[in-house]
Amino acid sequence: MGSLRPVEEANVQQDFLATRVDELINWGRKNSLWPMPLGLSCCGIELMAMIGPKFDLARFGAEAARFSPRQCDLLVVAGTLTWKMAEACRTIYDQMPDPKWVIAMGVCSSSGGMYDSYSVVQGVDMILPVDVYVPGCPPRPDAVIDAIMKLQKKIEREQPLRLRLSGANLDHGLGSNTFVRAPNTAVATHGSHDVLAAGDRILP
Amino acid sequence: MSTLERARAALAGLELQELPARDGTVFLQVAAADVREACRRLRDAAGFESNTFVTAIDRYPAEPRFQVCYQLLSVQHNDRLRLCAWIGGERPRIDTVADLWPGAQYAERECYDMFGIQFLGHQSEAGELKRLLMPEDYDHFPLRKDFPHQGIEPDKLYNEWFQRRFQRHEREHADV
Repeated sequence: MGSLRPVEEANVQQDFLATRVDELINWGRKNSLWPMPLGLSCCGIELMAMIGPKFDLARFGAEAARFSPRQCDLLVVAGTLTWKMAEACRTIYDQMPDPKWVIAMGVCSSSGGMYDSYSVVQGVDMILPVDVYVPGCPPRPDAVIDAIMKLQKKIEREQPLRLRLSGANLDHGLGSNTFVRAPNTAVATHGSHDVLAAGDRILP
Repeated sequence: MSTLERARAALAGLELQELPARDGTVFLQVAAADVREACRRLRDAAGFESNTFVTAIDRYPAEPRFQVCYQLLSVQHNDRLRLCAWIGGERPRIDTVADLWPGAQYAERECYDMFGIQFLGHQSEAGELKRLLMPEDYDHFPLRKDFPHQGIEPDKLYNEWFQRRFQRHEREHADV
Protein backbone atom coordinates (compact mmCIF):
# COMPACT_ATOMS: atom_id res chain seq x y z
CA MET A 1 0.00 0.00 0.00
CA GLY A 2 3.03 2.27 -0.08
CA SER A 3 2.27 3.37 -3.64
CA LEU A 4 -1.16 4.73 -2.79
CA ARG A 5 -0.76 8.46 -2.71
CA PRO A 6 -2.89 11.31 -4.11
CA VAL A 7 -2.46 11.97 -7.82
CA GLU A 8 -1.19 15.51 -8.37
CA GLU A 9 -2.59 16.10 -11.83
CA ALA A 10 -5.16 13.81 -13.26
CA ASN A 11 -5.22 13.77 -17.02
CA VAL A 12 -8.85 14.52 -17.61
CA GLN A 13 -8.49 13.98 -21.32
CA GLN A 14 -8.22 10.24 -20.83
CA ASP A 15 -10.80 7.87 -19.52
CA PHE A 16 -10.67 7.26 -15.82
CA LEU A 17 -12.82 5.85 -13.07
CA ALA A 18 -13.57 7.73 -9.90
CA THR A 19 -13.97 5.79 -6.67
CA ARG A 20 -12.98 5.88 -3.06
CA VAL A 21 -9.66 4.27 -2.32
CA ASP A 22 -11.23 2.28 0.50
CA GLU A 23 -13.77 0.84 -1.87
CA LEU A 24 -11.10 -0.03 -4.39
CA ILE A 25 -8.96 -1.77 -1.83
CA ASN A 26 -11.90 -3.61 -0.33
CA TRP A 27 -13.11 -4.63 -3.76
CA GLY A 28 -9.72 -6.09 -4.49
CA ARG A 29 -9.46 -7.83 -1.16
CA LYS A 30 -12.88 -9.35 -1.06
CA ASN A 31 -12.72 -10.77 -4.56
CA SER A 32 -9.34 -12.37 -4.22
CA LEU A 33 -9.46 -14.19 -0.91
CA TRP A 34 -6.84 -16.90 -0.87
CA PRO A 35 -7.94 -19.57 1.56
CA MET A 36 -5.56 -21.55 3.70
CA PRO A 37 -7.38 -24.86 4.09
CA LEU A 38 -6.74 -26.28 7.53
CA GLY A 39 -8.69 -29.51 7.05
CA LEU A 40 -8.62 -31.26 10.41
CA SER A 41 -11.40 -33.80 9.99
CA CYS A 42 -14.54 -34.49 7.93
CA CYS A 43 -15.13 -30.78 7.30
CA GLY A 44 -12.02 -30.88 5.16
CA ILE A 45 -13.83 -33.13 2.68
CA GLU A 46 -16.65 -30.61 2.32
CA LEU A 47 -14.04 -27.92 1.90
CA MET A 48 -12.53 -29.83 -1.01
CA ALA A 49 -15.97 -30.21 -2.54
CA MET A 50 -16.50 -26.49 -2.17
CA ILE A 51 -13.29 -25.62 -3.95
CA GLY A 52 -13.91 -28.29 -6.61
CA PRO A 53 -15.82 -27.82 -9.85
CA LYS A 54 -19.33 -28.63 -8.65
CA PHE A 55 -19.67 -25.85 -6.11
CA ASP A 56 -16.88 -23.86 -7.71
CA LEU A 57 -15.57 -21.35 -5.25
CA ALA A 58 -13.82 -19.66 -8.16
CA ARG A 59 -17.09 -17.83 -8.80
CA PHE A 60 -16.27 -15.82 -5.68
CA GLY A 61 -12.61 -15.42 -6.43
CA ALA A 62 -11.49 -17.60 -3.56
CA GLU A 63 -10.44 -20.81 -5.25
CA ALA A 64 -6.68 -20.29 -5.06
CA ALA A 65 -6.06 -22.48 -2.02
CA ARG A 66 -2.42 -22.29 -1.05
CA PHE A 67 -0.78 -24.61 1.38
CA SER A 68 1.65 -22.02 2.59
CA PRO A 69 0.22 -19.59 5.13
CA ARG A 70 2.56 -16.91 3.81
CA GLN A 71 0.49 -16.68 0.65
CA CYS A 72 -2.97 -16.76 2.22
CA ASP A 73 -5.30 -14.28 3.79
CA LEU A 74 -8.25 -16.48 4.75
CA LEU A 75 -7.79 -19.24 7.29
CA VAL A 76 -10.52 -21.86 7.12
CA VAL A 77 -10.36 -23.99 10.26
CA ALA A 78 -12.27 -27.02 9.02
CA GLY A 79 -12.74 -29.63 11.71
CA THR A 80 -11.98 -30.64 15.25
CA LEU A 81 -9.10 -28.72 16.74
CA THR A 82 -7.36 -30.60 19.53
CA TRP A 83 -5.07 -29.01 22.04
CA LYS A 84 -2.13 -30.80 20.47
CA MET A 85 -2.94 -29.12 17.15
CA ALA A 86 -3.67 -25.71 18.70
CA GLU A 87 -0.05 -24.68 18.64
CA ALA A 88 0.25 -25.41 14.93
CA CYS A 89 -3.03 -23.69 14.19
CA ARG A 90 -2.03 -20.50 15.95
CA THR A 91 1.38 -20.60 14.28
CA ILE A 92 -0.27 -20.84 10.87
CA TYR A 93 -2.44 -17.89 11.75
CA ASP A 94 0.51 -15.82 12.91
CA GLN A 95 2.43 -16.62 9.74
CA MET A 96 -0.30 -15.30 7.48
CA PRO A 97 0.32 -11.73 6.31
CA ASP A 98 -2.12 -8.99 7.24
CA PRO A 99 -4.90 -8.39 6.41
CA LYS A 100 -6.33 -11.79 7.25
CA TRP A 101 -9.61 -13.35 8.15
CA VAL A 102 -10.73 -16.57 9.78
CA ILE A 103 -13.72 -18.81 9.13
CA ALA A 104 -14.56 -21.39 11.79
CA MET A 105 -16.12 -24.13 9.69
CA GLY A 106 -18.39 -26.62 11.44
CA VAL A 107 -19.54 -26.90 15.03
CA CYS A 108 -16.29 -28.47 16.22
CA SER A 109 -14.20 -25.47 15.37
CA SER A 110 -16.99 -23.07 16.33
CA SER A 111 -17.67 -24.43 19.79
CA GLY A 112 -16.10 -27.84 20.23
CA GLY A 113 -19.33 -29.42 19.01
CA MET A 114 -20.05 -32.86 20.32
CA TYR A 115 -16.49 -33.16 21.61
CA ASP A 116 -17.25 -31.72 25.02
CA SER A 117 -13.92 -33.15 25.99
CA TYR A 118 -10.70 -32.53 27.83
CA SER A 119 -8.64 -32.84 24.68
CA VAL A 120 -10.54 -30.63 22.24
CA VAL A 121 -10.41 -26.86 21.92
CA GLN A 122 -13.89 -25.63 22.81
CA GLY A 123 -14.08 -23.29 19.85
CA VAL A 124 -11.13 -21.91 17.94
CA ASP A 125 -12.04 -18.43 19.19
CA MET A 126 -10.21 -19.45 22.33
CA ILE A 127 -6.96 -19.13 20.43
CA LEU A 128 -7.79 -17.04 17.33
CA PRO A 129 -10.07 -14.14 16.42
CA VAL A 130 -12.84 -15.56 14.23
CA ASP A 131 -14.80 -13.58 11.64
CA VAL A 132 -17.49 -16.01 10.51
CA TYR A 133 -18.83 -19.14 12.21
CA VAL A 134 -20.47 -21.81 10.07
CA PRO A 135 -22.76 -24.27 11.85
CA GLY A 136 -23.24 -27.81 10.61
CA CYS A 137 -21.62 -31.18 11.09
CA PRO A 138 -20.19 -30.94 8.55
CA PRO A 139 -21.73 -27.87 6.89
CA ARG A 140 -22.80 -28.16 3.29
CA PRO A 141 -20.49 -26.45 0.82
CA ASP A 142 -23.32 -23.99 0.16
CA ALA A 143 -23.20 -22.94 3.79
CA VAL A 144 -19.49 -22.25 3.61
CA ILE A 145 -19.94 -20.33 0.37
CA ASP A 146 -22.57 -18.29 2.21
CA ALA A 147 -20.00 -17.67 4.92
CA ILE A 148 -17.55 -16.42 2.34
CA MET A 149 -20.19 -14.08 0.92
CA LYS A 150 -20.86 -12.79 4.43
CA LEU A 151 -17.15 -12.31 4.90
CA GLN A 152 -17.06 -10.34 1.65
CA LYS A 153 -19.79 -8.09 3.01
CA LYS A 154 -17.75 -7.65 6.15
CA ILE A 155 -14.67 -6.74 4.16
CA GLU A 156 -16.72 -4.13 2.29
CA ARG A 157 -17.31 -2.32 5.56
CA GLU A 158 -13.64 -2.09 6.47
CA GLN A 159 -11.77 1.20 6.16
CA PRO A 160 -8.19 0.28 5.35
CA LEU A 161 -7.16 3.75 4.19
CA ARG A 162 -8.44 5.50 7.28
CA LEU A 163 -6.66 2.92 9.38
CA ARG A 164 -3.48 3.51 7.43
CA LEU A 165 -3.63 7.31 7.53
CA SER A 166 -4.40 7.36 11.22
CA GLY A 167 -1.02 5.78 11.75
CA ALA A 168 -2.44 2.75 13.44
CA ASN A 169 -0.36 -0.35 13.40
CA LEU A 170 -2.27 -2.67 11.13
CA ASP A 171 -1.45 -5.53 13.43
CA HIS A 172 -3.68 -4.11 16.10
CA GLY A 173 -7.32 -4.86 15.73
CA LEU A 174 -6.68 -7.54 13.17
CA GLY A 175 -5.72 -10.06 15.74
CA SER A 176 -2.15 -10.96 14.99
CA ASN A 177 0.34 -10.41 17.79
CA THR A 178 -2.48 -9.91 20.23
CA PHE A 179 -3.63 -12.34 22.83
CA VAL A 180 -7.03 -12.26 24.39
CA ARG A 181 -7.22 -14.72 27.18
CA ALA A 182 -10.50 -16.60 26.85
CA PRO A 183 -10.64 -19.61 29.12
CA ASN A 184 -13.15 -22.33 28.58
CA THR A 185 -16.30 -20.66 29.83
CA ALA A 186 -18.47 -23.54 28.70
CA VAL A 187 -17.35 -25.66 31.63
CA ALA A 188 -17.31 -25.06 35.33
CA THR A 189 -14.24 -23.10 36.35
CA HIS A 190 -13.61 -24.93 39.61
CA GLY A 191 -10.08 -26.14 39.95
CA SER A 192 -8.72 -23.92 37.23
CA HIS A 193 -5.68 -21.85 38.02
CA ASP A 194 -5.81 -18.62 36.11
CA VAL A 195 -2.62 -17.33 34.60
CA LEU A 196 -4.29 -13.98 34.00
CA ALA A 197 -7.73 -12.65 34.75
CA ALA A 198 -10.39 -13.52 32.21
CA GLY A 199 -10.58 -11.01 29.35
CA ASP A 200 -7.13 -9.56 29.96
CA ARG A 201 -5.79 -8.16 26.74
CA ILE A 202 -2.09 -8.34 26.20
CA LEU A 203 -0.60 -6.12 23.55
CA PRO A 204 3.02 -6.22 22.48
CA MET B 1 -4.22 -79.21 16.89
CA SER B 2 -6.63 -76.44 17.68
CA THR B 3 -5.59 -73.03 19.01
CA LEU B 4 -6.93 -73.84 22.45
CA GLU B 5 -5.07 -77.17 22.64
CA ARG B 6 -1.86 -75.53 21.51
CA ALA B 7 -2.21 -72.78 24.08
CA ARG B 8 -3.13 -75.23 26.86
CA ALA B 9 -0.07 -77.34 26.08
CA ALA B 10 2.16 -74.28 26.18
CA LEU B 11 0.63 -72.98 29.40
CA ALA B 12 0.68 -76.30 31.28
CA GLY B 13 1.15 -75.71 34.99
CA LEU B 14 -0.30 -72.19 35.05
CA GLU B 15 -3.70 -71.50 36.52
CA LEU B 16 -5.88 -70.99 33.49
CA GLN B 17 -9.48 -70.05 32.94
CA GLU B 18 -11.29 -70.05 29.63
CA LEU B 19 -13.68 -67.16 29.02
CA PRO B 20 -16.38 -66.85 26.38
CA ALA B 21 -15.62 -64.39 23.58
CA ARG B 22 -18.39 -63.10 21.37
CA ASP B 23 -16.24 -63.20 18.24
CA GLY B 24 -15.13 -66.79 18.83
CA THR B 25 -11.52 -65.95 19.62
CA VAL B 26 -9.88 -68.19 22.20
CA PHE B 27 -9.94 -66.10 25.36
CA LEU B 28 -7.88 -67.11 28.37
CA GLN B 29 -7.55 -65.56 31.77
CA VAL B 30 -4.43 -65.92 33.88
CA ALA B 31 -3.31 -64.51 37.20
CA ALA B 32 -1.65 -61.09 36.92
CA ALA B 33 1.60 -62.48 38.32
CA ASP B 34 1.70 -65.11 35.55
CA VAL B 35 1.14 -62.81 32.58
CA ARG B 36 4.74 -62.41 31.61
CA GLU B 37 5.50 -66.13 31.91
CA ALA B 38 2.36 -66.98 29.96
CA CYS B 39 3.23 -64.54 27.19
CA ARG B 40 6.77 -65.85 26.96
CA ARG B 41 5.55 -69.44 26.66
CA LEU B 42 2.88 -68.54 24.13
CA ARG B 43 5.47 -66.79 22.02
CA ASP B 44 8.13 -69.50 22.24
CA ALA B 45 6.09 -72.71 22.49
CA ALA B 46 2.77 -71.88 20.82
CA GLY B 47 4.01 -69.83 17.91
CA PHE B 48 2.38 -66.48 18.72
CA GLU B 49 5.15 -64.39 17.28
CA SER B 50 3.21 -61.16 17.09
CA ASN B 51 1.38 -58.95 19.55
CA THR B 52 -1.54 -57.06 18.05
CA PHE B 53 -2.40 -54.86 21.02
CA VAL B 54 -2.16 -54.44 24.74
CA THR B 55 -5.01 -52.56 26.29
CA ALA B 56 -7.16 -52.44 29.39
CA ILE B 57 -10.82 -52.37 30.26
CA ASP B 58 -11.91 -50.31 33.25
CA ARG B 59 -14.69 -52.08 35.17
CA TYR B 60 -15.05 -49.30 37.71
CA PRO B 61 -16.42 -49.51 40.44
CA ALA B 62 -15.67 -53.24 40.54
CA GLU B 63 -12.50 -54.22 42.35
CA PRO B 64 -10.10 -55.29 40.94
CA ARG B 65 -11.13 -52.82 38.28
CA PHE B 66 -8.73 -53.25 35.33
CA GLN B 67 -8.83 -56.13 32.91
CA VAL B 68 -5.57 -55.97 30.98
CA CYS B 69 -5.94 -57.64 27.58
CA TYR B 70 -3.34 -58.99 25.21
CA GLN B 71 -4.28 -59.89 21.68
CA LEU B 72 -1.77 -62.24 20.09
CA LEU B 73 -1.40 -63.26 16.47
CA SER B 74 0.26 -66.33 15.07
CA VAL B 75 1.15 -65.90 11.43
CA GLN B 76 2.48 -69.43 11.02
CA HIS B 77 -0.73 -71.01 12.39
CA ASN B 78 -3.05 -68.27 11.11
CA ASP B 79 -4.93 -67.82 14.36
CA ARG B 80 -5.35 -65.40 17.22
CA LEU B 81 -5.55 -65.64 20.97
CA ARG B 82 -6.66 -63.23 23.65
CA LEU B 83 -5.17 -63.24 27.10
CA CYS B 84 -6.40 -61.22 30.05
CA ALA B 85 -5.56 -60.60 33.68
CA TRP B 86 -7.23 -58.58 36.41
CA ILE B 87 -5.38 -55.95 38.41
CA GLY B 88 -6.58 -53.34 40.86
CA GLY B 89 -5.47 -50.89 43.48
CA GLU B 90 -4.78 -47.18 43.36
CA ARG B 91 -1.54 -47.75 41.46
CA PRO B 92 -2.24 -50.81 39.30
CA ARG B 93 0.85 -52.59 38.08
CA ILE B 94 1.67 -55.56 35.91
CA ASP B 95 4.79 -57.00 34.30
CA THR B 96 5.82 -55.68 30.94
CA VAL B 97 5.82 -57.74 27.75
CA ALA B 98 7.49 -55.03 25.67
CA ASP B 99 10.77 -56.93 25.62
CA LEU B 100 9.05 -60.06 24.27
CA TRP B 101 7.32 -58.18 21.47
CA PRO B 102 8.88 -54.78 20.66
CA GLY B 103 5.59 -53.87 19.03
CA ALA B 104 4.03 -53.76 22.47
CA GLN B 105 6.11 -50.74 23.47
CA TYR B 106 3.73 -48.19 22.06
CA ALA B 107 0.73 -50.18 23.24
CA GLU B 108 1.98 -50.25 26.81
CA ARG B 109 2.82 -46.58 26.74
CA GLU B 110 -0.65 -45.78 25.49
CA CYS B 111 -2.21 -48.04 28.10
CA TYR B 112 -0.21 -46.28 30.80
CA ASP B 113 -1.15 -42.90 29.36
CA MET B 114 -4.86 -43.61 29.31
CA PHE B 115 -5.36 -45.90 32.32
CA GLY B 116 -2.35 -45.28 34.53
CA ILE B 117 -1.28 -48.91 34.58
CA GLN B 118 2.38 -49.30 35.49
CA PHE B 119 4.16 -51.84 33.32
CA LEU B 120 7.02 -52.97 35.52
CA GLY B 121 10.34 -53.28 33.76
CA HIS B 122 9.12 -51.50 30.63
CA GLN B 123 11.97 -50.25 28.49
CA SER B 124 11.52 -48.70 25.08
CA GLU B 125 13.42 -46.35 22.83
CA ALA B 126 11.93 -43.52 24.88
CA GLY B 127 13.50 -45.01 27.99
CA GLU B 128 11.30 -45.82 30.92
CA LEU B 129 7.53 -45.89 30.79
CA LYS B 130 6.40 -42.48 29.54
CA ARG B 131 3.18 -40.92 28.44
CA LEU B 132 2.51 -41.26 24.73
CA LEU B 133 -0.27 -38.81 23.84
CA MET B 134 -0.96 -36.56 26.80
CA PRO B 135 1.49 -33.95 28.10
CA GLU B 136 4.11 -35.52 30.32
CA ASP B 137 3.13 -33.47 33.35
CA TYR B 138 -0.55 -34.30 33.04
CA ASP B 139 -1.77 -35.68 36.34
CA HIS B 140 -4.79 -37.71 35.29
CA PHE B 141 -5.66 -40.75 33.21
CA PRO B 142 -8.42 -39.86 30.76
CA LEU B 143 -9.86 -43.27 29.90
CA ARG B 144 -10.59 -44.22 33.50
CA LYS B 145 -14.28 -44.36 34.15
CA ASP B 146 -14.07 -41.93 37.06
CA PHE B 147 -12.46 -39.29 34.82
CA PRO B 148 -15.06 -36.66 33.81
CA HIS B 149 -15.20 -36.12 30.06
CA GLN B 150 -14.43 -32.42 30.38
CA GLY B 151 -11.38 -33.26 32.43
CA ILE B 152 -10.61 -32.81 36.09
CA GLU B 153 -9.03 -29.44 35.40
CA PRO B 154 -10.87 -28.29 32.27
CA ASP B 155 -8.61 -25.31 31.66
CA LYS B 156 -5.33 -27.11 32.22
CA LEU B 157 -4.48 -27.65 28.58
CA TYR B 158 -5.61 -24.14 27.71
CA ASN B 159 -3.46 -22.62 30.42
CA GLU B 160 -0.49 -24.64 29.26
CA TRP B 161 -1.05 -23.57 25.70
CA PHE B 162 -1.46 -19.95 26.71
CA GLN B 163 1.64 -19.88 28.86
CA ARG B 164 3.77 -21.53 26.21
CA ARG B 165 2.45 -19.23 23.53
CA PHE B 166 2.86 -16.15 25.64
CA GLN B 167 6.45 -17.00 26.48
CA ARG B 168 7.17 -17.54 22.82
CA HIS B 169 5.50 -14.26 21.98
CA GLU B 170 7.61 -12.40 24.52
CA ARG B 171 10.74 -14.08 23.25
CA GLU B 172 10.04 -13.17 19.65
CA HIS B 173 9.19 -9.58 20.47
CA ALA B 174 11.92 -9.07 23.02
CA ASP B 175 13.74 -6.51 20.86
CA VAL B 176 10.65 -4.45 19.99
